[in-house]
Amino acid sequence: MQVSRHWRLKSERYKLVGETCDSCGVKLFPPRDVCLACEAPAKELYTFTGFGEIYSYTTIYDPPAGFEHNAPYTVALIKLEEGPLVTAQLTDMDDEEVRIGMPVEMVTRKLRSEGEEGMIVYGYKFRPAVPVQELSAA
Amino acid sequence: MSDVSIIGIGKTDVGEHWNTSVRHLSWYAIEAALDDAATTDVDALYVGNMLAGRLSQQDHLGALVADFAGLRGVEAVTVEAADASGGAAMRQAVLAVKSGLVRTAMVVGVEKVTDETGSAVIAELATGLDADYELIHGLTAAGAAALLMRRYMHDYGVQLDDFAAFSVNAHGNGADNPEAMFRNRLAAERFATAPVVAEPVSLFDMAPLADGAAAVIVTDAERAMDMAPKPVQVVASTLATDTIALHDRREVLWLAAAAQSAEKAMSMAGIAPHDVDVFELHDAYTILAALSLEACGFAPRGQGWHLARDGEIGRQGSIPISTFGGLKARGNPLGATGVYQIVEVAQQLRGEAGACQVPGAQIGMAQNLGMAGGTAVTHILRADFSGNLEFSGK
Repeated sequence: MQVSRHWRLKSERYKLVGETCDSCGVKLFPPRDVCLACEAPAKELYTFTGFGEIYSYTTIYDPPAGFEHNAPYTVALIKLEEGPLVTAQLTDMDDEEVRIGMPVEMVTRKLRSEGEEGMIVYGYKFRPAVPVQELSAA
Repeated sequence: MSDVSIIGIGKTDVGEHWNTSVRHLSWYAIEAALDDAATTDVDALYVGNMLAGRLSQQDHLGALVADFAGLRGVEAVTVEAADASGGAAMRQAVLAVKSGLVRTAMVVGVEKVTDETGSAVIAELATGLDADYELIHGLTAAGAAALLMRRYMHDYGVQLDDFAAFSVNAHGNGADNPEAMFRNRLAAERFATAPVVAEPVSLFDMAPLADGAAAVIVTDAERAMDMAPKPVQVVASTLATDTIALHDRREVLWLAAAAQSAEKAMSMAGIAPHDVDVFELHDAYTILAALSLEACGFAPRGQGWHLARDGEIGRQGSIPISTFGGLKARGNPLGATGVYQIVEVAQQLRGEAGACQVPGAQIGMAQNLGMAGGTAVTHILRADFSGNLEFSGK
């Protein structure tokens, strides 16, 4: 079941909590305690806004065991507005064509489930960013 | 570094060995290498393997293989670095001999992929990615290559068809290699018709996973002169690492570990890229072939594919690659791949590459990558027998 493996990542998976470098201010996701840019300690938590744009993407037709029922699905590298890239699936695409540079926003979705009685793992995916005027109209 | 030489090489056919286990595959390659070196005197064994524990529920390969190969009692361990395990095991053997603590070291790379099939193998291979931040999102090895390829095409204005020449070259060479998994030539116009695996990566972009084992015996260069008619000197051996996850890299389209290990190796060997006569690179995906050529200094950024388009990667070209078919056509037996590369370069330098021979090859380079370059192992080999024509075989 590996419950603890997923439980310990809950703030990253549900809220995009990363870190910021004490020294150069670079924002880090995933958190790694040592800055990727200047190698200084980076332990201050930072919650990302969840907005970004697509840097690259692929649609996977030959999935690994555990993801068969999702295929084909699209995995992207998202460039978060604070700087770092993050790997995540795209969701809620409807008929929209994915393109590099497309604005996206983080949502929480089911990442995978482990059978009828198994654990369901939730976490971040990204969908096309909903323009602000649409949100206020709704 | 100048005092480690290869005195024996051996390998099995690459393919689907339904009737052969991980221990038997290892033994066949070891047996061939011992025959080639005309010795049974081995002091240490380094096994390169990625997935035996997952696909065959068999870990502890050092002891298992040493015992099965008649080397019981010998120092033996497994070296794991995803599909760079074979190259990393070779590196350990070189270090051991170089240190003086081990006189003669054997390397065997082995992978038994076909004990599992389909999505199980894809999932196990993906364990070479970052489990918490890539694998959980359904990324696969092919998917990671696809993320690189898509961005490369976008940034450099490259078309899908521009990658075809890598696979056409690999299959053309594989057709001449009796041990290759795929011996069919590939027509460039068929490239676009291949089934898509992880868009834009298609079946014709990616190397087939396969069973296989290859072995190499190394000892100190002076002793090698007395033991082998055609010792091949290991003039450089380097290993560098990068982030596993693409999202952690400062420059996604730059294989930093490949660049770092190649630069250091060339400096160690005292050579420049134009001195390399044959280059076995890690063409698990066509995009990795292009990026490797760029990282190792054979092409400017964004132009690695030009070498394929212009025919420079062929046996008559300026930088022949995948001369026995590469991962693409010889096949990719994961943890064995890096040792196949060493064996193939040694065959080229001995002038024993048969129909795959690059005429007059004197200096060869092998570069083995772990997944999308999280690990990069580079070896440079040089023919070392000009003064050994009166080999006595004592």
